[in-house]
Amino acid sequence: MFEVLGQGLLANLAPSMLLLVLIGTLSGMALGAMPGLSATMGVALLVPFTFAMDPTSGLVLLGAFYMGAIYGGSFTAILVNAPGTPSSIATALDGYPLTRQGRSEFAIVGATMGSFVGGIIGVIALIFLAPPLASFSLRFGPQEYFWVAVFGLTIIASLASGSLLKGLIGGLLGLLLATVGIAPVGGDVRFTFGEPMLQGGVPLVPALIGLFTIPEVIRLIALRTRDAHMVDETRQKDRLGGMLKEILSRPVNLIRSGIIGTFVGILPGAGGSVANLVAYNEAKRASKHPETYGKGEIDGVVASESANNGTVGGGFIPTLTLGVPGTPPDAIILGVLLLHGLRPGAELFTTSGPLVYTFIIALAVSAVMMVPVGLVAGRGLQRGVMALPVRYLAPGITVLTIIGAYAIRSSVVDVFIMLALGVAAYLLQRVGIGGASIVLGLVLGTIAETGLVQGLLTSSGAEMPWTTFFTRPISLVLIAMCLVSILWPFIQKRRTKTTTAGGQAAVPASQRPDTGEGD
Amino acid sequence: MKSRRTFASIVGMIAVALAATGCGGGGGGGGEAGGGGAADEFPQKRLEYILPFDAGGESDITARLQQEKLAEVLGQTVNISYKPGGGGALGWSELTRMAPDGYKFMGSNLPHIILQPMLRDDAGYETEDLKQVYIFQSTPNALLVPADSDIQTLDDFIEAAKANPGAMSVGGSGDFSANHIGTLMLNDMAGIDVTYTPFSGTGTAVPALLGGHVDALMSYSPQISQLGDQVRAIAVATEERMPGLPDVPTFVEQGHDLVDGAYRGVSVPTDTPDDIVQKLADAFEEVNQDPELVTAFEEQAFVLENYGPEEAIELTEERKAVYEDLLTRLELVP
Repeated sequence: MFEVLGQGLLANLAPSMLLLVLIGTLSGMALGAMPGLSATMGVALLVPFTFAMDPTSGLVLLGAFYMGAIYGGSFTAILVNAPGTPSSIATALDGYPLTRQGRSEFAIVGATMGSFVGGIIGVIALIFLAPPLASFSLRFGPQEYFWVAVFGLTIIASLASGSLLKGLIGGLLGLLLATVGIAPVGGDVRFTFGEPMLQGGVPLVPALIGLFTIPEVIRLIALRTRDAHMVDETRQKDRLGGMLKEILSRPVNLIRSGIIGTFVGILPGAGGSVANLVAYNEAKRASKHPETYGKGEIDGVVASESANNGTVGGGFIPTLTLGVPGTPPDAIILGVLLLHGLRPGAELFTTSGPLVYTFIIALAVSAVMMVPVGLVAGRGLQRGVMALPVRYLAPGITVLTIIGAYAIRSSVVDVFIMLALGVAAYLLQRVGIGGASIVLGLVLGTIAETGLVQGLLTSSGAEMPWTTFFTRPISLVLIAMCLVSILWPFIQKRRTKTTTAGGQAAVPASQRPDTGEGD
Repeated sequence: MKSRRTFASIVGMIAVALAATGCGGGGGGGGEAGGGGAADEFPQKRLEYILPFDAGGESDITARLQQEKLAEVLGQTVNISYKPGGGGALGWSELTRMAPDGYKFMGSNLPHIILQPMLRDDAGYETEDLKQVYIFQSTPNALLVPADSDIQTLDDFIEAAKANPGAMSVGGSGDFSANHIGTLMLNDMAGIDVTYTPFSGTGTAVPALLGGHVDALMSYSPQISQLGDQVRAIAVATEERMPGLPDVPTFVEQGHDLVDGAYRGVSVPTDTPDDIVQKLADAFEEVNQDPELVTAFEEQAFVLENYGPEEAIELTEERKAVYEDLLTRLELVP
């Protein structure tokens, strides 16, 4: 194996290959930074071009593009609170507050380092642990997916540390939105009010853009002065070295999040949308100062980005070993493999070893390239956006949100859904119900419902099918994790009360009460 | 200075986004083609091949294979775009409202376009609202069990199902899909009662089988070669054994007359002039002869089909009668 691994490494050092990876990574980043243009769509657009190439180059280009696109999604999440894909929801939670404190550069650097480490961890797992991890992932059945989604929903408790009740209201609103459209299992038509376009349900990306970005645009427009800037406070510029040092000084968070991302990426029904949230929650739970999360905590950005780039390598594990795509872009790359007559399975690693390892190493090279590219281009983009007065920025963002909402499936209805949810989110934010909890309900509601109904159907031979949700070993572990996640904020509160009297960790002075969550 | 540069870069970003989504307007050059009767000159501008599903599925892979060759035959670029939702219903209901000029055509699948209008109160379209241009491919149903299962043959499967009515679970892709209706047909023909569990696609159904969360999978023939020795195919729903899969027995030879699967084609709005429909159909027919495409189809265990506009309607009518009979007896038609 090490021999082919070495060959793969050598093949990647050829200048033409490096150039291909660079092109893939860069164009992926550019596309990922566009709200509404998902990694899936970009990879699909690229496929016909790869037909003209030899299989190895084609796959390398697609892999690098995919890696770059997932990372690129962090830019809009951080700079304008527009998570372009569900994989960067948690990035926006702390990335945008950092931007509002004038520290967007710090957030970009954090996202870059997180993506780099996460991407590498995913690739390492793909090289060394693919077969055992793939077979472990198969033990996740409908019941387990249900509990994974419930575990994701428990994050609402920690998100809304200000008011649990308001967080729950938001979460329930999201769950309610998730019921619109054709039922994922059973096919019943629900709450479409006779509008055929609603059969597809509330589309996720337009909803994300609406719930996160539009309230911010409204806020920006409400700034009165002609020369108003998004950040109304000038901070001392952070130095790159200092920023890197601060981020790398907590390697545990980087590595833990990458591992979480890799693992969740292996589960075909969950993928990136769940990975970033779970990693964020774990980072917060492990933190010594969880109250800074949601208010501009760099570790939150790092956790989310490390996790979602971890899903890239993780997702390829079932794709290459079982022929089961771990994430939607993997499905496309799997299709390309098949078109070239390459059958996934353990044999693929031996019979087509050079190709497979060249592809895998290219993913790692792409992750490495994100660092210089991100630190130069990403920071440049950030400076540009920051320098822009609101009178340009607000309409610019609005146009981008509309294009983004429309692009997903060329639908004007989606634009209206996005705008309506945006205005509703702005009003809800005024009463303290943040968009993030609504999004959690919307993203996870479908996964939970699917798992629940499928679990009841597949176990219909059992005397009481619902008991299977409480008897399977992995389900029990997940239930325990849910309980810990729900109870942790209370335990922590208790602990801080008893141990340190009044010793609250330092909260950034620039924290403002209207950042959305928990006020 | 700096802010002006950024402004330019934002404008640039927007332009890229516009170009990428194809809403930039003049991309195709040329104006609107004049009404009907212009079939001789058709096509005059870029065509749009819309898929009512997410990127990455079997329809997408097929369309990507056809894209370049279609463009060659038709002499215009062919763009692929997506309009997913509601198991395809969202796209198809929109298709009925599109201009009937042949420049926009949409992937359309049997049995979806038969069963959705039949079973949903308001699917947003009727089967007859879609004018089928061509059916170029099918994927027969195949019944799979894990490789380590005790079930070796269809008889074993039926016996196991009879021993425990309702307890055996069969997974598949989607509700009222070919997988679903195939399972219902098998229940009906063999006098058994297995529980069908729909997954959101073949991609999520397969791990449920490999992990033993369902007892069997009603899936499509390409999965047999794709999954290799992880699964055992106990029956495939074709008249005769498939050329690429000589070792897999059919349902028919095991005593059950189950021949069904999913058919892929394209449709246009119902008012599209016949000569334009014919022109598109001819293009698809020509593409279907392409040796490269034929090999790619065969490798993936897709079955090449050649149903022109009329044959497609006949097939649809025939399948519709079969499904209607079955679903009425099962009291599933509202």
